[in-house]
Amino acid sequence: MSDKKDIHEDKFLAPENRKHVVIGPDGEEIHVDPLNDYFCTDMPKVEKPYKGVMEKFLNWARAESLWVLAFGTGCGSIELPPLFSPRFDAYRFGVAMRPTPRQSGVLIISGYLAVKTLKRAIRSYEQMQNPKYVIALGSCTINGGMYWDSYNTINRLDHYLPVDVYIAGCMPRPEAVLAGFMKLKERIKKGDAEGANEYVEKLDWYKANQKKIIKDWNMPDYNW
Amino acid sequence: MNELINHLKERFPIYDVVESTTGPTFVSLDAAKLIPMITSLKTNHGFKILVILSTVDWIEDGKFQLTYIINNPDEKTDLGIRIFIDRENASMESIHKLWVFAATFQREIKEMYGIDFPGSPGVDDQFLLEGWDEMPPMRRDFDTKKYSEDTFFPRPGRETNDPAEYMKQKLYPDE
Repeated sequence: MSDKKDIHEDKFLAPENRKHVVIGPDGEEIHVDPLNDYFCTDMPKVEKPYKGVMEKFLNWARAESLWVLAFGTGCGSIELPPLFSPRFDAYRFGVAMRPTPRQSGVLIISGYLAVKTLKRAIRSYEQMQNPKYVIALGSCTINGGMYWDSYNTINRLDHYLPVDVYIAGCMPRPEAVLAGFMKLKERIKKGDAEGANEYVEKLDWYKANQKKIIKDWNMPDYNW
Repeated sequence: MNELINHLKERFPIYDVVESTTGPTFVSLDAAKLIPMITSLKTNHGFKILVILSTVDWIEDGKFQLTYIINNPDEKTDLGIRIFIDRENASMESIHKLWVFAATFQREIKEMYGIDFPGSPGVDDQFLLEGWDEMPPMRRDFDTKKYSEDTFFPRPGRETNDPAEYMKQKLYPDE
């Protein structure tokens, strides 16, 4: 983990995240340090599951209300809109689309993931609230798919984000995506879907992998 | 089209004219003469639209080929102009003063092939690759497979058998 100071001296730091001065309406100078003022710099903690009946009840409730972040990364994102049309109607399984990471619990990585997009996907995932789950769609997220030797596309998603369910195919049809949601529900109800805690426990390993390929890391280590 | 080609032949040193019934006619030209010719085509001959600016890497010849395809919307004709520049310290004159959006093509070519276009706005900004510090990836001497294997944690493949060998071992194990 790099220190806060290192981030400030980073040449890649986005201009809006550098220290700057804002002139107020009365002419006063307000010194803004975005990384400390706008972001939470604390590291996340493991949220231990409850025990017994309580956890079973909570898992049932979580499984029956999966809110999906509307974030498409590759060609698979075109398979998701039909899912919410009358023909497949994912709403009957409690699956709904949400526009922002703060409201959603499921991140679908839909297809190939370029390095540039991976940075945004990590940021979205970290801004989501616990409990959160990741569904990886298509063979590109499993072993790179047809982009296995590309200079700009990752091969294995599970080295960067904790994946709960893989859905194989190129591309999987909406039926397969629905089956993937059923699988995710099973896992949640069994209490196996602890991806968020796994991410926190192995945060150093994940961050090392992420920083290996994202060479212009211009954000805090953990984006709250 | 023939009239235009003959007219161009009188004024500019074009060579290697390739005509096609379906696609655009292509002509080749010295890189130094590109700007006068393309300006003349735009102002005098109605080729108002730049369709695409693309690049080919001829590594064996040590050359980059730049292809400018321009379109005449009134006569519905296309013309492709090929120029060849040296691969070492590749640099080409910018055409952003003729078409503003050519700066975007040039910015992408700078990033993907390392061809410089001095004076083109934002040509040094990163376009698709953020924080890229290797050789430009679309050059043919960039080993994309090796780079991917070194960087992206390749998943080991499944074990497979050659069907002929496998059946031979299964049916005739003694041979």
